[in-house]
Amino acid sequence: MDDAQLTGSEIVLKVLVDQGVDVIFGYPGGAVLPIYDALYQQDAIRHILVRQEGGAVHAAEGYARSTGRVGVVLVTSGPGATNTVTGLTDALMDSIPVVCLTGQVPTHLIGNDAFQEADTTGITRPCTKHNYLVKSVDDLARVLHEAFYVASSGRPGPVVVDLPKDILQAEAVYTTSRQTRHKTYRPKLKAEPDQIEEAVRLIAGAKRPIFYTGGGVINSGPRASRLLTRLVRMTGFPCTNTLMGLGGFPGSDPRFIGMLGMHGTYEANLAMYNCDLMIAVGARFDDRVTGKISEFSPGSKKIQIDIDPTSINKNVMVDLPIIGDVGIVLRQIIKRWEEGQCRADEKALGKWWKQIRAWQGRDCLSYEMSDTIIKPQFALQRLYEHTKKRDVYITTEVGQHQMWAAQFFKLEKPKRFMTSGGLGTMGYGLPAAIGVQIAHPDALVIDIAGEASILMNIQEMSTACQYRLPVKIFILNNQYMGMIRQWQDLLYDGRYSESYSASLPDFVKLAESFSAVGLRAEKPDEVDGVISEMLATDRPVIVDVVVDQMENCFPMIPSGAAHNEMLLGPDDKTKTPVSEEGMVLV
Amino acid sequence: MEEEVNKHTISVLVDNETGVLARVIGLFSGRGYNIESLTVAEVDKRNSVSRITVVTSGTPMIIEQIKAQLSRLVPVHIVSDHTEEGPHVERELALIKVACSGEKRVESLRIADIFRARVVDSTNRSFVFEITGATEKLEAVIKLMTPLGLIEVSRTGVVAIARGDQSIASGNKSI
Ligand SMILES: Cc1cc2nc3c(=O)[nH]c(=O)nc-3n(C[C@H](O)[C@H](O)[C@H](O)COP(=O)(O)OP(=O)(O)OC[C@H]3O[C@@H](n4cnc5c(N)ncnc54)[C@H](O)[C@@H]3O)c2cc1C
Ligand SMILES: Cc1ncc(C[n+]2csc(CCOP(=O)(O)OP(=O)(O)O)c2C)c(N)n1
Ligand SMILES: [Mg+2]
Repeated sequence: MDDAQLTGSEIVLKVLVDQGVDVIFGYPGGAVLPIYDALYQQDAIRHILVRQEGGAVHAAEGYARSTGRVGVVLVTSGPGATNTVTGLTDALMDSIPVVCLTGQVPTHLIGNDAFQEADTTGITRPCTKHNYLVKSVDDLARVLHEAFYVASSGRPGPVVVDLPKDILQAEAVYTTSRQTRHKTYRPKLKAEPDQIEEAVRLIAGAKRPIFYTGGGVINSGPRASRLLTRLVRMTGFPCTNTLMGLGGFPGSDPRFIGMLGMHGTYEANLAMYNCDLMIAVGARFDDRVTGKISEFSPGSKKIQIDIDPTSINKNVMVDLPIIGDVGIVLRQIIKRWEEGQCRADEKALGKWWKQIRAWQGRDCLSYEMSDTIIKPQFALQRLYEHTKKRDVYITTEVGQHQMWAAQFFKLEKPKRFMTSGGLGTMGYGLPAAIGVQIAHPDALVIDIAGEASILMNIQEMSTACQYRLPVKIFILNNQYMGMIRQWQDLLYDGRYSESYSASLPDFVKLAESFSAVGLRAEKPDEVDGVISEMLATDRPVIVDVVVDQMENCFPMIPSGAAHNEMLLGPDDKTKTPVSEEGMVLV
Repeated sequence: MEEEVNKHTISVLVDNETGVLARVIGLFSGRGYNIESLTVAEVDKRNSVSRITVVTSGTPMIIEQIKAQLSRLVPVHIVSDHTEEGPHVERELALIKVACSGEKRVESLRIADIFRARVVDSTNRSFVFEITGATEKLEAVIKLMTPLGLIEVSRTGVVAIARGDQSIASGNKSI
């Protein structure tokens, strides 16, 4: 039986099954018809038909981010493959494990400008962790297994496997079993004992410490979050998360001081600026986080735990780099801390917390309520209150609504917040929500959206409806590309060039046209009712929340400014004009 | 933070598979790193391993990034920074075509002799010299040959190897 000849397509599916894959997201086309035919003849793998290949990658990302497993995509050659480029880049920037199978013209036609030929490995080389072109059916199984290993180990990322059609039709014996090692690629997971020693010494001696934790905590798995929570509680230090790290530490814990960075809290940014010890855990000192590099946390010693040496000393020099997996290194630190019966400097910490509480007193997320207009923050606060007792999965699009979601949703667990951080891809949220809902059929999944972003992948409503996925799309409709308008307010004297969302569809009717449910709230007192109705509906729902068109997202560190130069509200704006240097930054 | 820009010679052992050179070059161009020279050839046929030697320059922080980025590429086995790791030999080969006659012809042969360049082709109006050595030596020859009628140069770029009894293959890739 084992020596039976299988076609390339059958081998592809066999590898998927051996890798534990039970669902893939895809879209057919000529080059992958053999795989689609093989899919038709089996039931082990479920195929979710998206409506555009870009949606397939984001769905796979949502699936992967919410489960910790590899998301799998199947698309055809040429336009199918090129449509995946944005999603692949997104997954690369946010370290999401995705295996993307692309069809290719038969090997003898490669390079001939054949119908639907594109140089897929050439195009995707810079936007994948690695990619392969399979040239012989005998390599197929090995390459596919390797692709899963590379995608999911070390710092996760997207891997493309380009599959010429003749390879899919050729036959070979399937022999390779699931492989766990690559010839040369071997991530380092454990810290050296002297590094742990030094880390513990620094932690014990710190007077104004802070944990700055990121997406690496989520990547490392739920155990890493538990260990982080334990270490933060043991030491009593404050903890701030990056956008990608939200949920890695419980949002309701009093030691959590909110997100940091451009739209982070006053207290988190000032604590970063004034700390004497920064412990960066799976966070990569992104420019959205550091602000002006030369004034970033000027007086602190910095420890950085990261699995990828390229994340270390890239933007910010650190004093103690520790290359390893967050979960493993945190366990090493905790063990050493307990064995040595170490104690934090409680007296100094008391003073530090007093200072932090004073900063928190500024209540930086407060906003002016209105009786007549729905404030976007209010809508999100109400959404949070209605859902906080449930195990809710949030995805977002990109813009102001994304930042408000990050500020107002206290996430208790990892893998619950799916957002496009590094690339900032509008249109990510809906397909990602679909992927999350596929992975967690009974969970509450909400895409917090803007009216502009949602239109970028609105076709995926059709997917949600076809598979009866009860995703909830909560649109904060300000009729503007709000984030763009905000920058135009701040930097271009309010010249709103092309940032108005004209000719919007009627989102309620739009929902209905997909046979989903459409709801609308126009007044603050309608918000609760609409949310309740949304939550009571076991079908896809689009909620059109008509919000204040002019509300801006604060706090904000203008680009090129430092952490202690935050703008706290609209009246703050004239105070710190953005520098010329800042104007060129994104 | 040091801002000093230094030249580094780095050897990279890679699996000799399609696209691997594009990956390395794409890394340099995509991230805006310098390439002053780059050579590549298979060095281990049985295991299908190639060696890339790249001469690059940057601040210490950039050089550290370059090495980490190279190590992160899946088909890369080993990255070795000769400039950092100590005594090593660097060599480059150039073929230099000089077209001249009379006194200049004699002079070009004299210079070739001083620098131990070999004549590998000759017509009554030209020579092709082969010269091996450190980059500076090649440059000196080229400079001296230019007024004598140098019309074409072909260079390999730098290859390097550490001095002593240790092999690069005993180093480990850590990512
Ligand atoms: C409109 C907009 C505004 C934004 N504003 C903000 C903002 O105000 N604040 C903010 O924080 N972000 C903001 N972002 C997001 C920002 O661009 C970055 O995506 C984000 O800050 C990066 O998060 P991170 O540092 O946690 O890194 P990630 O991109 O999540 O990277 C994870 C790091 O952990 C490492 N890692 C991965 N797995 C492991 C492991 N198992 N063990 C150890 N290490 C591991 C990786 O090598 C990497 O270095 C914004 C984005 C957008 C689109
Ligand atoms: C694909 C893509 N194109 C352009 C941008 C630039 N951009 C960032 S936010 C934004 C506006 C988003 O508007 P909307 O979805 O309505 O959200 P809001 O800011 O109003 O909440 C734009 C255009 C982007 N991030 N992604
Ligand atoms: Mg908007």
